[in-house]
Amino acid sequence: MIEIIGVITGVLIIIFGILAVESKKLINAVVYLSLMSLLSVLTFIIMKAPDVAITEAVIGSGLVTFLFIITLMQDKKAGDKK
Amino acid sequence: MSQYLYIALMFVGIYGLLSQKNILKMIISLNIMELGLNLFIISTGYINDAKAPIILFGNEGNYVDPLPQAIVLTAIVIGLGVTAVALMLARNIYKTYGTYEIDEIRGENDD
Amino acid sequence: MKKLIAILLTVVVVLFVFANLYSDDSDFKVFGEKLLEQTVSEEFVNKTVDLQRDQPETGSANIVTSIVVNYRSFDTMGEVTVLFISALGVALLGGVLNKKVAFRHKPGFIINQGMKIIVGIILITGIYIFVHGHLTPGGGFPGGAMIGSAFLLMYLSNDKFRSRITAFKILEGLAGSLIMIIGLVGLSTGGYFLYNFLPNGEIGQILSAGIIPILYVLIGLKVGSEVSNILGDFFIGEVEQ
Repeated sequence: MIEIIGVITGVLIIIFGILAVESKKLINAVVYLSLMSLLSVLTFIIMKAPDVAITEAVIGSGLVTFLFIITLMQDKKAGDKK
Repeated sequence: MSQYLYIALMFVGIYGLLSQKNILKMIISLNIMELGLNLFIISTGYINDAKAPIILFGNEGNYVDPLPQAIVLTAIVIGLGVTAVALMLARNIYKTYGTYEIDEIRGENDD
Repeated sequence: MKKLIAILLTVVVVLFVFANLYSDDSDFKVFGEKLLEQTVSEEFVNKTVDLQRDQPETGSANIVTSIVVNYRSFDTMGEVTVLFISALGVALLGGVLNKKVAFRHKPGFIINQGMKIIVGIILITGIYIFVHGHLTPGGGFPGGAMIGSAFLLMYLSNDKFRSRITAFKILEGLAGSLIMIIGLVGLSTGGYFLYNFLPNGEIGQILSAGIIPILYVLIGLKVGSEVSNILGDFFIGEVEQ
């Protein structure tokens, strides 16, 4: 039963990965990257590695997403809406 | 079966590095490749019907291989450092050239 | 490179790797069927759990912690160095003479008031995770990153918060030098760098496992202040009117 959940999560990660590389807008790609990091935390727990799961949850879902969004806010064309 | 999926994820990241023209898309593909690699390294240490490597109240038994987990713990933090420096460089490129596409940065001559 | 050539190249290499992954003349086993007796990790596990020793060699209940801080502590030193170099690179590239950037949307009421409650909880959770690094999963690296994210919340919710705090620079330098001093004391006492010179207690107590808790506390403080410095440098830029 656990192995089936692992395989389904793996297929979902690959689908989101292809969507992130091929999307037209940059903000969509950043959101897909954050979703992939969240699903990989689930995979680390299934493979019985708790230290790695905590580290990836803190760094992948919180800090890297923030760095990308702050870089995207520098774009002058994207921020002119009130 | 799942080791095939993680190798495929690594190659999705490599395909993204080869074919994209936007600098931020390249940095996202680099992150995808590092995610697939970490998943693959931990999957080489899994043993069927074994427990997580923490000793609880004196029971002994078979544990999962703890050495790949120690390696990946370091690799995740180094990935954060590389992403931070790459994004700072991308910001400076935007300030100098005004765009993120490498076609417009390189100029009009193609080779 | 055009997309068609990239797809073709990737698919050819992937199929080649899939065909030769579990071939007969390599030691790479099928997923889940690894034998622990043929690897070096068996010694790492047995030296902590073995019933024939009267005292465990490391004394920490978390086997991954004893590998990261005791058996392979030189790799951890290298990793702390890589984090230091990346924090230095971000600080030099970000411009040392610019002021803090002001965004168009001011922080609202909810994040302003909610920050005052949540920041303390996140800080205490981060400190708990790296103090108990040898008993529960976690350790210095996620604990330090959690402290960094608490400071990120403080930067985001307050416009007037200074983005370069001098105390972090002093804390980072102090923690790094203390790690080196402990390593040199180990060199003079036992014979190699970062030798475990304090006695191991019994497994499960908080004051056990030699110098492992002390090293993890120092590593957690150093990583926390470095991540806060990296995140604070991303707010620096040209002042927008």
